[in-house]
Amino acid sequence: MALVDLTLASAGYNGANVLHDVSLSIERGEKVALVGRSGAGKSTLLRLIYERIDGEAAMVPQELGLVRALTVFHNIYMGQLNCHSTWRNVMNLVRPMQQEVENIGGIVKTLGLENEMFSAVGALSGGQQQRTAVGRALYQRADILLGDEPVSAVDEHQSRSILESIADAKPTVILAMHDIDLALAYSNRVIGLDAGRIVMDESTAGMKASDLDLLYRG
Amino acid sequence: MQAVWRYSPAVRTSLIFVGIAFLCLIFADISISTVNPWTEMGRLLLGVVTPDFLATESLVNALVQTVAFAILGVVVGNIAGFFLALIFHYRAVRVGCAFVRAIHELFWALIFLQIFGLSPITGILAIGIPYAGIIAKVYAEILEEADTTPLKAVPPGSTATSVFIFVRLPDVWAHFKTYSLYRLECGLRSSAVLGFVGLPTLGYYLETAFRQGHYSEVSALLILFYIVIASMRVWMRRNLLPLYILGAILLLPWGGHEIYADNIVRFFTQDIVPQPLRDGVFEPGALSGFGDWLSVLFVEQALPGAVDTLQLTMIALVATGVLALVFFPLLSPLFFGRGGRLGGHVFLVVVRSTPEYILAYVCLQLWGPSMLPAIIALSLHNGAIIAHLIGRYTEHMKVRVDAPRGLNLYFYESVPRVYGQLLAFLFYRWEVILRETAILGMLGIATLGFYVDSAFADIRLDRALVLILFTAALNICVDALSRHIRARLRLKTTIEHG
Repeated sequence: MALVDLTLASAGYNGANVLHDVSLSIERGEKVALVGRSGAGKSTLLRLIYERIDGEAAMVPQELGLVRALTVFHNIYMGQLNCHSTWRNVMNLVRPMQQEVENIGGIVKTLGLENEMFSAVGALSGGQQQRTAVGRALYQRADILLGDEPVSAVDEHQSRSILESIADAKPTVILAMHDIDLALAYSNRVIGLDAGRIVMDESTAGMKASDLDLLYRG
Repeated sequence: MQAVWRYSPAVRTSLIFVGIAFLCLIFADISISTVNPWTEMGRLLLGVVTPDFLATESLVNALVQTVAFAILGVVVGNIAGFFLALIFHYRAVRVGCAFVRAIHELFWALIFLQIFGLSPITGILAIGIPYAGIIAKVYAEILEEADTTPLKAVPPGSTATSVFIFVRLPDVWAHFKTYSLYRLECGLRSSAVLGFVGLPTLGYYLETAFRQGHYSEVSALLILFYIVIASMRVWMRRNLLPLYILGAILLLPWGGHEIYADNIVRFFTQDIVPQPLRDGVFEPGALSGFGDWLSVLFVEQALPGAVDTLQLTMIALVATGVLALVFFPLLSPLFFGRGGRLGGHVFLVVVRSTPEYILAYVCLQLWGPSMLPAIIALSLHNGAIIAHLIGRYTEHMKVRVDAPRGLNLYFYESVPRVYGQLLAFLFYRWEVILRETAILGMLGIATLGFYVDSAFADIRLDRALVLILFTAALNICVDALSRHIRARLRLKTTIEHG
């Protein structure tokens, strides 16, 4: 059975429709990139997919959803808030447990945040905050990861290593991307959106960046 | 067509209030009735400049007890207020909180004195209960304004408690801490005033020293009190709090105040039941007797008390606004250099750290009972608080380099920019001023507190309770009116002040 199946779906917010008659099916194990101009409906489609999957996916929302007063460590730990007893969560908030520090240390290292692990998120740069949100999604016990432009504020070199660790850690990945080269490099299927409609849905095998130009015309 | 000049809504509202205050002032008794007001004042001023810190050893005891009651009262209020804030969306909780905070700490103290006598429980509850109502409201507002976007990123299946402490609490924690500290400052003032009804805090020693004319002792007590308040941020540390709580519990005078269950039962089943109903609601004539009792109480006490309370409140409110406008430049970098502002700071800290009740008590000793001491006390204290907030606000105000100076700067640049904020704070404090006005009746001015105090003195607790409930209702009405005016003028207070 497909992971998500949409037939002629429409969606929007504040009463205005952003997506029109969208039909698509995504299987487990696919690495999908959603591309298109800003305002084309990528975020809305991503949210629609997230609602359909219903609790099985980790999400990196565009607004990141971090708790600014807490440290990088605690924000990432929140990814497994549902896996531990309330008591353990409280204890870990008061004083980080050695075991959790080790678990999360690995993720923090791949994200290049070793020095900021115990800094409050509110004091970090935009790129560092974004990496923290990715860390939380990676730490979450979910096989599916959805991300809304999860590396938009990170430099290209680091973007590549982060997308690589996402691809390694999660069998199914669906990301809205604005960087075409990165989208093609780390996905095996690309869905192009324009004005709320799917105008392209193809495998990335053998595709060149210029093949997507039609999405950005005019 | 030529444009027609009109006053702005804020100015029009202000003019209406000034007009009302002026009318109230015409009918107000503001006479000085003491024989030698100025000689006595001279002696007081002499005492102020010659504080005697070695007068008695009770000086230290007075401060320790004041701090102990404040800490325990605020801790109780904070814990209860926190949990009430979590269920503040229930209408019953909101109404209950509005009700308990509309009753002044001194009224609560008078009530609990009947039940627990002079036991420390009386003081702790008198502070804790109204503070719980205020804190619940403020914490609920803080929680409401907190960032909720992280909630969406929490993995499903997390327990509600885990989500609350990880997502909601960290963001609001700093606000809670700041507000708690502010509440402790209020708690110290409340605790000091509780001495006037017999608890062993500052007010008790102050009243004794005053009666005996030991003005040097009065000034020593007050100076030490200011130092305790001004240094609060130094001594109040989170890791020391458990120690303070333990110390406060150990130091309060628990001994010698037996609590009798009979007292409590009698209070609820006899004392506070309206006198005509004591033999039973269904006794012949009980209900009509109750009607007469209530209407007499209303016409002879509640109504005249309410008129005087409102009259005094309106004068004090406008006087507060005027003093705030006069005082705020003392703190503003636009008008004074560092040295000048330091003097302003000391003056305003002293005035706003002195509870209205103590200021009024002092003025009353000098000039005799009339509305004058109350007007001066209320407007000085509240004017200093608002001036402090506005002065801080002007620190971030940028004026152009070629701005005018002196009075032109004041009238053209600063007052127009701070006026909305000032009105917001002023209307916010309207209800506070009313609550205090009612209480000042206990000093002999004919506001509602006067009738409440007399009823307690005559051990007519049924009357006292009805009058307190009436005062609370009046308070809630003024609070609602103030909120309505602030909403209509689109005034927002950014800093909460209860």
